Amino acid sequence: MSSIAVSPRSIAWQRRRRALAQAWAQYRRHLPGMIGLGVLVVIVAMALLAPVISNHDELRAVNTVDNPTWATPSEFPPLGTDNLGRSVWAQFVWGARISLLVGLAATLIAIVIGSVVGIAAGFYRGVGSAVLMRLTEWFLVIPFLPLAIVLAAILGPSVRNIILVIGITSWPSTARLVRAQVLTLKERLYVERSRALGASNRHLIGRHIFPNVSPIILANLTLTVPIAILSETTLAFLGLGDPTRASWGKMLDEAFRAGALSRNAWWYFLPPGLGIMAVVIAFTLIGSALEEILDPRLRERRK
Amino acid sequence: MTAPLLSVRDLHVTYRSEAGPVPAVRGVSFDLHPGETLGLAGESGCGKSTIAGALLKVLPPGTEVTGEVLLDGEDVLQMKPGRLRAVRWTEMSIVFQGALHALNPVQRVGNQIEEAIETHRTTPAATARVAELLELVGLPARRAGDYPHQLSGGQRQRVLIALALACNPRVLIADEPTTALDVMVQAQVLELLERLQRELALSMIFITHDLSTLSYVCRRTAVMYAGRIVEEGPAEEVFAHPRHPYASALAAAFPLIGDHSHRMNPSGLPGDPPDPRAIPSGCPFHLRCAVVQPECPELDVELWPAGDGRRAACIHVLAGAAP
Amino acid sequence: MSFGYFSRKVLAALATLAFVVCFNFFLFRVVESDPVASLFRGRNLTPAQRLELRQEFGLDGSKGEQFVRYLQQTAQLNLGRSYRSNQPVSSEIRERAWPTIALVGVSTLFSAIFGILIGIVAAWRRRTKADYGWTGFSMATYSMPDFWLGMLLLISFAVALGWFPVGGITDTGSDATGVAKLFDQAHHMFLPALTLTLAYLGEYALVMRSSLLDTMREDYLTLARAKGLRDVVVRNRHAVPNALLPVVTLIAINFGFVLSGAIAVETIFSWPGLGLLTYDALKGPDLPMLQGLFLVFSAAVIFFNLVADLLYGFLDPRVRTP
Repeated sequence: MSSIAVSPRSIAWQRRRRALAQAWAQYRRHLPGMIGLGVLVVIVAMALLAPVISNHDELRAVNTVDNPTWATPSEFPPLGTDNLGRSVWAQFVWGARISLLVGLAATLIAIVIGSVVGIAAGFYRGVGSAVLMRLTEWFLVIPFLPLAIVLAAILGPSVRNIILVIGITSWPSTARLVRAQVLTLKERLYVERSRALGASNRHLIGRHIFPNVSPIILANLTLTVPIAILSETTLAFLGLGDPTRASWGKMLDEAFRAGALSRNAWWYFLPPGLGIMAVVIAFTLIGSALEEILDPRLRERRK
Repeated sequence: MTAPLLSVRDLHVTYRSEAGPVPAVRGVSFDLHPGETLGLAGESGCGKSTIAGALLKVLPPGTEVTGEVLLDGEDVLQMKPGRLRAVRWTEMSIVFQGALHALNPVQRVGNQIEEAIETHRTTPAATARVAELLELVGLPARRAGDYPHQLSGGQRQRVLIALALACNPRVLIADEPTTALDVMVQAQVLELLERLQRELALSMIFITHDLSTLSYVCRRTAVMYAGRIVEEGPAEEVFAHPRHPYASALAAAFPLIGDHSHRMNPSGLPGDPPDPRAIPSGCPFHLRCAVVQPECPELDVELWPAGDGRRAACIHVLAGAAP
Repeated sequence: MSFGYFSRKVLAALATLAFVVCFNFFLFRVVESDPVASLFRGRNLTPAQRLELRQEFGLDGSKGEQFVRYLQQTAQLNLGRSYRSNQPVSSEIRERAWPTIALVGVSTLFSAIFGILIGIVAAWRRRTKADYGWTGFSMATYSMPDFWLGMLLLISFAVALGWFPVGGITDTGSDATGVAKLFDQAHHMFLPALTLTLAYLGEYALVMRSSLLDTMREDYLTLARAKGLRDVVVRNRHAVPNALLPVVTLIAINFGFVLSGAIAVETIFSWPGLGLLTYDALKGPDLPMLQGLFLVFSAAVIFFNLVADLLYGFLDPRVRTP
């Protein structure tokens, strides 16, 4: 053969690209999804531009001894200062970075563990698979927050540990979802056919199972991020966050402990809460839009 | 001939969907006389079940329904809500398809029948009436205490028939009452409906995709395609000697048992029914028609007389030749 | 409900409980080095004192021996002694459980009632202003950190307006009894209960809405309308009972999780329940207390999961009857 015009792989890629373009065209017409995406873009841009739009020095009390403490936004624009004279705006902007980082990285860990366990438990038969499934069911009933608290207390406070803790406590629901999907996929004819042709398990998972569960994993990912961000907030609020890095949860913890409530220092505790709300709503809107577009059957998963 | 009990005139039904309006029924007219059984046949999606919903005005909110549904000369579509609720089930009722979730899964079937009786208060002793109805359809009265999932498919269908008869309606609309049942059970249910129709002197509209069934229970039948009636006439005639090519394809799809001519010549129908949002121009059947003529894509078809009280919407009928 | 269903669910719950009990032991042993050393750092302890302390906290002997002793003690509901107070963990937990159960019970009840009502209104009037308004409201409360919502309520109704106390379960120094005491406690409970109610109502409203929307496509609703029933009757007698099934199950499951989810909210309002106990145990950290709390929280989830299963079996005739 002198030339190969199109390899099977390039055909598959073309098909995938077309499907992606089609999904995007559908997504663009989904108004709530587009609103969520818009909000998210603004917040991510703010986090990335933190060095440009705020002064990092104003995060550290040693640099802010000359600033007024508890200054209102009009006295110290744009968002006033806290009990140590630190800029609330700088904390808000730099805190966005940590909150988003923790949310995304922890979700990534949870999704990877959940997908691997889910695919393995769904694809293989036998004792190992049954054990994995039992384990998932058991981890589902372990209350997430106390487990995360215990782990965080034991591992010690740092951004890396918070990511790990949230990541390794959030995987079971993903695993269950992926497993259910793999089980239905497995029954489909084309998997049967390629197994009959002598395909290896690795080939089956890589070529047939994974591409077909990935839309579900993607939708699940966007719905796990808000949960991870809320968890970070709660853990940081309970004093288990990284003491050296500002995050939205840590801002709320410090505001509460510094007595911002009794001083009515709304400019201190309002921004981080609104920021969390905005991110959570944005991801929830994006996630539900993806669910509807990528797999309408997903909506029936709550059973 | 007596005046029709039910007279449907130029009925149009358009569903609303996110992708735009969906015209499901596009100008259907027919009459139902007292004590008569009229068959409505066609593939799924041709609009026949939509007609059942339109007659009692129980289509999803936002659905556009125009035309007239005259019950004793009174238009159901123009009735005030209170009058409409009073007419539902007492004048006209529907035998729903048992394979679907037509029975509430968390209520005992007896209560569901009782509810219909008590809503209209036609009989004082509802419980006794439930037992009577169940026995009428061949079920022991104690089945009233069962939940739908405890009944077999055939038993559920019988319950739905009993339910439809609860308030002694004059018109019974049977919407695919035998679909998804075993062949033996199908025959039993058909026999039951036919017996009830005779004994209670019901006027019945029988909806199905199975023309051979209609030839068994109905006197007259109408065949629907893409939201319109394409052929109507005496049921046995339509089945045995269809004039519209679609009707012949439909008739061939359900051969009579033991009929050799059908077995030797199983003529399947190519293609799918048209998408209601993009109905072909001219005769809507021309894309699937085995005897299509060059003028069909532009032809403005209507129901032309085809002899012996029969009408068909086909160019071959207009030309006077059998297809 | 069939006996088979019942016993299967109970056995599964017991197996899960056994797993959690074991997991609890290893979780704390794997990470714990020598609490006696770290707790009494800087004090000169004789080897004999050290041994005595280790025995007191159950830390002597091999891991295997410890595990067996742990199982025996746990079976007798002996959860060890708190490092902080030196009191038995089980009695402290028992004492603090009631305020949490009261708070979570009241909040769950109200969030369930209002969440379900909001979900019904939103679904029944879908794509109207009422739907958009209530769904937006549910989404907003769902996406707030619960303790932040508590802070907002605290600053508005306790600090600024002074309508409610800022924290605690009774007025300090109050020696009121009977109805007066009950009223005082209800007054203190109002804000934390409102916080948790609002925090959980959103989820129930959203789930009820989508469940009812699914149910509204069912044929038995068309049949009910065709029977001549009023729309309100169709909704209340046929649509809502079916749509409620998954929501009731969710609420029962959530009850177990809310018990531990109230940690931050209890902290905000200094509500002396299990949450505040957890928060206090974190400073130290008071490991036996955390271990005991973890076991109790997990057992609560398992128990209410079982309740949800049994409730479902009772409510749904498809499970209840053969």
